[in-house]
Amino acid sequence: MPTQTYLDYNATAPMLSSVQTVMYAAFTALGNPSSVHSYGRRQRARIEVARVQVAALVGANAQQVVFTSGGTEANNLALTGVKAETVIVSAIEHDSILNCADRPLVAPVQTNGVLDLEILETLIVDAPPPVLVSVMHANNETGVVQPVAEIVKIAHSHGAILHCDAVQAVGRIAVDMSVLGVDLMTISAHKIGGPKGIGALIVGEHVRLQPQVRGGGQERGLRAGTENVPGVIGFGVAAATSKNSLEDWQHVARLRESLEVRLNKAFGNDLQIFGHEAVRIPNTCCVARADISAEIQIIALDLAGIAVSAGSACSSGKVEASHVLAAMGVVDSVARNAIRISLGPTTSEADIEFFVETYKELRTRGVENGA
Amino acid sequence: MERNAHTNITLDKMAVAHRSADNLSAPIYLDYQATTPVDPRVLDVMLPWFNKQFGNVHSQHHHGWQADEAVECARAQTAAIIGAQSREIVITSGATESNNLAIKGVANAYRDKRNHIVTCVTEHKCVLESCLQMERDGFDVTRLAVDSKGFIDLDQLYDVVTDNTVLVSIMAVNNEIGVINPLREIGEICRAAGAFFHTDAAQAVGKILLDVKAANIDLLSISGHKIYGPKGVGALYVRRRPKVRLEAQMSGGGQERGLRSGTLPTSLCVGLGMACMIAGREMVSENQRIRMLRDHLYQRLMSELDNVMLNGDAERRIPGNLNLSFARIDGAALLMGIPELSVSTGSACTSGSLGPSYVLQALGLDADSSDTALRIGLGRFTTMDEVEYAADRLIAVVSEQRGKLFSPTLA
Repeated sequence: MPTQTYLDYNATAPMLSSVQTVMYAAFTALGNPSSVHSYGRRQRARIEVARVQVAALVGANAQQVVFTSGGTEANNLALTGVKAETVIVSAIEHDSILNCADRPLVAPVQTNGVLDLEILETLIVDAPPPVLVSVMHANNETGVVQPVAEIVKIAHSHGAILHCDAVQAVGRIAVDMSVLGVDLMTISAHKIGGPKGIGALIVGEHVRLQPQVRGGGQERGLRAGTENVPGVIGFGVAAATSKNSLEDWQHVARLRESLEVRLNKAFGNDLQIFGHEAVRIPNTCCVARADISAEIQIIALDLAGIAVSAGSACSSGKVEASHVLAAMGVVDSVARNAIRISLGPTTSEADIEFFVETYKELRTRGVENGA
Repeated sequence: MERNAHTNITLDKMAVAHRSADNLSAPIYLDYQATTPVDPRVLDVMLPWFNKQFGNVHSQHHHGWQADEAVECARAQTAAIIGAQSREIVITSGATESNNLAIKGVANAYRDKRNHIVTCVTEHKCVLESCLQMERDGFDVTRLAVDSKGFIDLDQLYDVVTDNTVLVSIMAVNNEIGVINPLREIGEICRAAGAFFHTDAAQAVGKILLDVKAANIDLLSISGHKIYGPKGVGALYVRRRPKVRLEAQMSGGGQERGLRSGTLPTSLCVGLGMACMIAGREMVSENQRIRMLRDHLYQRLMSELDNVMLNGDAERRIPGNLNLSFARIDGAALLMGIPELSVSTGSACTSGSLGPSYVLQALGLDADSSDTALRIGLGRFTTMDEVEYAADRLIAVVSEQRGKLFSPTLA
């Protein structure tokens, strides 16, 4: 049965029609942007237009944008490219942060998913400098938003550099690098309706960064390799479109509210929504029900034509309890039942209705089968 | 049925787009070693993955599985063109990343056992830079010289490869002069010494027969956009038997068997696979056609102009490449004089800096020859009309400028 209801926007979003249009054209354009002939120069110009668009989305300057192959590469570049004696990461970071930092100090979160700022400050103060702190803006599993501006103040007051993985926040809530004051920021195109295979690290002008991928000196020597021109162009248009459609996400927030009200009504105490006490991005609902494991839920929902996920999409096949929920103090037996429902601008009231009805149905069947 | 209908529409659209995007008076593209246009057949299989089937390959639902199936098919197509198995293919963002991963990944994985790397002075910048980084990191690096034709001395390679050599990185085809290295012989020497053999095959796929088994190649880099596939995707072949260990250069979600994390870009992967498939299927006939065009261009330039020199070996060379020095002329003025031809003076990556090419200098060219060199790259969409026109323009401009340069001027 074909999937009709896509509720996995945090894994990836469908490409915006505005992006599709420019990418078809971009693929037919000739030339390597490093070539000096007219084809090359035109490609270069297209990249620079996109660089301005991407920078504008996050309140940065164009020259701060370093294009990478995606969020994972940008996170790796930030964490290995900044010379630091100590790396401090939050316990709920994406694997591309947790796994690439060399023995990082881990800052805990509270049960609502928000970083414990006092402990973070203590960690920074006690750590051998220079210190690099990496905190995500919005969590990919729960949608919980961190008080980034406050964290930056703490970090900067002790001379630490702050990297922010804003992959899930950008395009859904207003993110302004200069207002937040972060030193480095990771963003990804395919989470905002752009193409896969392209992302960026926004690097503060004062930050010294060592390149990881070396070669022809592209991206001001910070990231070698022939630029993915159609990808960059698509990213630019996705950024421009997202910047102008933040109000669409108010509609998404209302849908999520409706979803959670219905779920609470249907399941009562047999259902738990994680991080709902905290500020969240408008589209994410991480929920566990008492009776069925996430794995079974995912399969059953998929058969019904609904795409959701258990935790993050990254490591295929791996169904482990989420490290994010564990960090929030959720016991393993509950965390194993947690699924992530993530909405997008194309989600409709009917999708929510269909999801809730199907989800309730699972309960009936689950009870019947489990009897 | 639906798929077919879609295919036809897209191809039509493409044809229109190709004609209109760069209008009829647009320069003739003769820079196929810098990058190639995406083949319409490649684009056609990529497009559905943008919107209709947009799932994350790694998601555990219908959308994800669909994407995963497509990526695995592309991986098999990519493996096939070099005689490898699917699971020996690591998908990357391009040949630069593949080369970085191969060199740093192998060196770091075997750091405790061996710490010598052998490469060649005419390698692509990203190979040289990766080797330089390992050198700064404590490895010994030997950079072999080349002869006037562009080849390393195999006896010298044999001599420098020792039981301390962890990796030999020699490109399959040079990006500036198109010469083809003797991979089989190099592979034999490496295997005998227990050193891994990496080859940057970005310029070789679809131009020469590549067989990783026969040539004892342990690691091989592939680029999408050099073979009429999309930019932003490439692959690294990593041999499984005997196994080559590799330290990942990018960590995260553990994709690509832990060797390369990051969400796989489905459409780019599908495009790479299709590009490889077409390259494999059409290599023989395409080479024949392009060689005929290239030889015609070469003949005309040689017969209608004096003092033109071919850089790099004439025989052991891919069909789509000419690298010519036009003596007694100002190189920059020559390039300015032919805006209707998109050719290059060196590799695209370093062509922003207009210094002389380090590859041509390595061949022993004098300043006049390396300053007046043009790389002319022909490819799949080059036509005889374009070749004739290019020959006309080059002959006219070179003759005219030589006349000016050497005619006495009045003070």
